Amino acid sequence: MTALLSGRGLTRMFDGKNGCAQIDIDLHPGEVTCIVGESGSGKTTLLNLLSLQLRPDAGSLYYRTDDGARIDLGLASEIDRRRLMRTEWGFVRQNPRDGLLRDVSAGANISERLMANGARHYGALRDTAIDWMRKVELDHGRVDDLPRDFSGGMQQRLQIARNLVTGPRLLFMDEPTAGLDVSVQARLLDLLRTLTSQLGIAILIVTHDIGVARLLAHRLLVMRRGRIIETGLTDQVLDDPQQPYTQMLVSSVLPV
Amino acid sequence: MKSPCQWNETVTLPSKNDAVFRNGDYNFAYLDEQTKRMIRRALLKAVAIPGYQVPFAAREMPLPYGWGTGGIQLTAALIGPRDVLKVIDQGADDTTNAVNIRSFFERMTDVATTTLVQEATLIQTRHRIPETPLRADQILIYQVPLPDPVSRLEPRGTERANMHAFGDYGLINVKLYEDIAQHGSVAMAFDYPVIVNGRYLASPSPIPKFDNPKLHMNPALQLFGAGRERRIYAIPPFTSVRSLDFDDHPFTIQPWDESCALCGAPDSFLEEMTVDDRGNRQHICSDSDYCAQRRATQPAHVRHQEAMP
Repeated sequence: MTALLSGRGLTRMFDGKNGCAQIDIDLHPGEVTCIVGESGSGKTTLLNLLSLQLRPDAGSLYYRTDDGARIDLGLASEIDRRRLMRTEWGFVRQNPRDGLLRDVSAGANISERLMANGARHYGALRDTAIDWMRKVELDHGRVDDLPRDFSGGMQQRLQIARNLVTGPRLLFMDEPTAGLDVSVQARLLDLLRTLTSQLGIAILIVTHDIGVARLLAHRLLVMRRGRIIETGLTDQVLDDPQQPYTQMLVSSVLPV
Repeated sequence: MKSPCQWNETVTLPSKNDAVFRNGDYNFAYLDEQTKRMIRRALLKAVAIPGYQVPFAAREMPLPYGWGTGGIQLTAALIGPRDVLKVIDQGADDTTNAVNIRSFFERMTDVATTTLVQEATLIQTRHRIPETPLRADQILIYQVPLPDPVSRLEPRGTERANMHAFGDYGLINVKLYEDIAQHGSVAMAFDYPVIVNGRYLASPSPIPKFDNPKLHMNPALQLFGAGRERRIYAIPPFTSVRSLDFDDHPFTIQPWDESCALCGAPDSFLEEMTVDDRGNRQHICSDSDYCAQRRATQPAHVRHQEAMP
């Protein structure tokens, strides 16, 4: 299988110590990859490097386009990178407030990317917005409500709809379930699982919640002190952890 | 009254002994020559890239920000001794802002001034485009408070610069979408954003959207000066200017049921005025020159007929 996004030797350090170093990573179409690790292990830095929000100190990043061409994102023009970020990629933030436009309605939030790509028919945009609200299990009668009138879990689902509306091939998620209570978390995870299997897109999730990883991820990367210390299929890593840190991580999940 | 400056005419620059310098305390047109040169350079760049906001080092002017410091600097940089100046504010020649800016230039340049659009070579305006069509040998200078239409939506200047650089105008369309969703139509009645020459998003300054169609393919050179925000931009003659809209909600201008109570004009931009202590109101042309010229050329019974259809 050919990777959609490949990083080789990605390095970005802050003050010469924190950050991440020498990361090799491949994201495949239709596969959910999870990065787990403790706070400060470099998870978010890696996510920002892969999603072009940070420039690496060293290393390169390759992306396979729709027509099979392999492009070096480090050399791609800013126009190409921005087009990629608003059409073929999505980014779901930990806090929905950072990923939503706060002062405009749910419908406008969902339509923004379509309009940035040139859609100019209000009726069609609105129909698409309503359709996507249905897909993420939001009451489509609330298409004109402001995000702040939605609950935390609903805001997160709105954010997901807003990112998926352009039919991206790759979705980045930064702790998508943190800050939600457990029952809402479960519903969101259920929704994510359904959507990913339906859409067949590549997803990269950063989380410190092993439960999220076990439920959603096909593949797991364990990070510590800026390096990937263990990688493999999710069941393999969680059921038979090789590194002492991974063993500690798995055993520290509280049994219910 | 001096004759309007012609394109093919040789312009002789004023020398120190000329009458225009007799107000010895100030340079011709108030600004020093270095500043005028800086502004002219910015203007050339603005004309070369229609709709692009060119930064310039705006000077302190003897009037407060928001009263036309941008427009007055452009006028000062462009005006020559043989220009004929018209200044309007909300369409009228006799409002405070217009009267004071006009008298400022009378004192600082000694140029002829006029209220007639067809006589003017330079027109500085706030909030209106004259109803009388402009010619290719005229320059219209707008006073602009907020040059960037997305400044209310995106507070980061660096990100706005990127949006313009990459033509990434999704955000302003979100505003249009939201207006239709909340109000049923686009709620912006003035300062209605436009795309200049199919490329740059620009603010037309706070003119009513009624005037937006006049921006399109106008024979006159249109220059925009924002003093506080330190930006200059331009719409060169005969440039396409498209008001933002949706395919199923096309751009429209506001209609009136009334005609002007003074000149009977059925097609000009009207202002509703309270005319007595009993709350009686009349609709009157906001363009005072257009209204006066119509009244001067038409017999009274014709005006009456037009006003009462």
